[in-house]
Amino acid sequence: MKQLFIAFIVLTLGLLAYSTYQALYVAPTEQTMGDVQRIFYYHVPSAWTAGVCFLVNFLASVVYLWKRNTASDALAAASAEVGMTFCTIVLITGPIWARPVWGIWWTWDARLTTTLVLWLIYVSYLMLRRFSAGGQTQVLAAALAIFGFVDVPIVYMSIRWFRTQHPSPVMGGGENSGLDPVMLQAFFWNLLSFTCVGIVLMVLRYRLQRLEENVEAKHAAVALQGGSR
Amino acid sequence: MTTLSVTRATLHKDLRMEWRSKDAINSMLFFALLVVVIFSFAFNPTAEESRSIAGGLVWVAFLFAAVVALNQTWARELRNQVLDAYRVSPAPPNALFVAKALGNFLFVVVLEVLMTPLFVVFYNLRSVGPVWQLVVVALLGTWALVVNGTFFAALSIRTRSREIMLPLLLFPISIPAVLAMVDATTSILTGEASPDFWIKMLAVYDLVFTAVCLLLFESVLNAE
Repeated sequence: MKQLFIAFIVLTLGLLAYSTYQALYVAPTEQTMGDVQRIFYYHVPSAWTAGVCFLVNFLASVVYLWKRNTASDALAAASAEVGMTFCTIVLITGPIWARPVWGIWWTWDARLTTTLVLWLIYVSYLMLRRFSAGGQTQVLAAALAIFGFVDVPIVYMSIRWFRTQHPSPVMGGGENSGLDPVMLQAFFWNLLSFTCVGIVLMVLRYRLQRLEENVEAKHAAVALQGGSR
Repeated sequence: MTTLSVTRATLHKDLRMEWRSKDAINSMLFFALLVVVIFSFAFNPTAEESRSIAGGLVWVAFLFAAVVALNQTWARELRNQVLDAYRVSPAPPNALFVAKALGNFLFVVVLEVLMTPLFVVFYNLRSVGPVWQLVVVALLGTWALVVNGTFFAALSIRTRSREIMLPLLLFPISIPAVLAMVDATTSILTGEASPDFWIKMLAVYDLVFTAVCLLLFESVLNAE
């Protein structure tokens, strides 16, 4: 199992190198935006990976409330942290791209605001995990995760009504939509490699969480033994 | 014991305690008054300007003030292990939650009734749109804040930094509700747009989150 995981890490690193090469050298320069458009190959895959992580977090939280097993709680904790990281990358690369293209760093549009609110919700989720005591953490965090997940579509709907500037989905639908096939290829390589990086980080963080739980249990056992003597 | 009788008994107890001590309502009122005065200094608006910013000011003031009352919801029950007693009793947990949420709802509505005249005076407000719509927005918006607030107060009471934690949990989740309240209020006050979408949105938000709260409250109450 461990060897398989190490092989997967090596594969991920290889993929990351290849997808970076694809994004920076193979993909053609965009006509109107120029080289700055290449941030697209990092921005969108990060958003996708963050979404996957938050979905894992939600599912793990539901499973935890149902089965009360520490494994799914550890997975929830791991996916929330990794998702936060990718969500932060999205929020940083977004304005860097928006400034030269739209002329502004930020706008209160549906997708930007939803991402920001998502980020805020997960900050509060991680704070709750940090500040709550002992055995209660898991249940409280799982409850908050479900609240956050329910909130996101409502946020999206409300801001959509408010106003929208973010480009509508480029791929699929519409007459003028569609990417250059070479761009699409570079994009999918990056999507794949970012997803793999997300999985690697989640697995590592999950194992760390399990180890910490083990250490705590051992400490508690030792303390109990010492007390009985 | 039926759900209804437990709800009624708990609500009755909370209202009576509040009536005798007036802890929550006094601290909320004074807090909201301070916010009104400070905003008034900070923005110093004319009557025309205040109509377009009042929606935001009013709801931010009520939101902050509500947190003061929400924080006291469960603190009272911790003192003599009342929550533990409740856990071992056969009373349905959701009855307790509904009673607490209704109690907070009444406190915040009283606060709003008392504070609205002050807002009108300090900001020279006069609504262009129909006033009854403002009442609908206020009731739906208050429930949106209070139902989640009561739930998150039950979460934050179990954390190390109790009082700080509640707004940190409540505000991110409440962002769409606050946006809806503020925009509905502003569109009614200025009479420039229809508040229908926002009122519907608040109703959906209320329904969805009341359901989620009722679904999850038992697990939170029994969390060890």
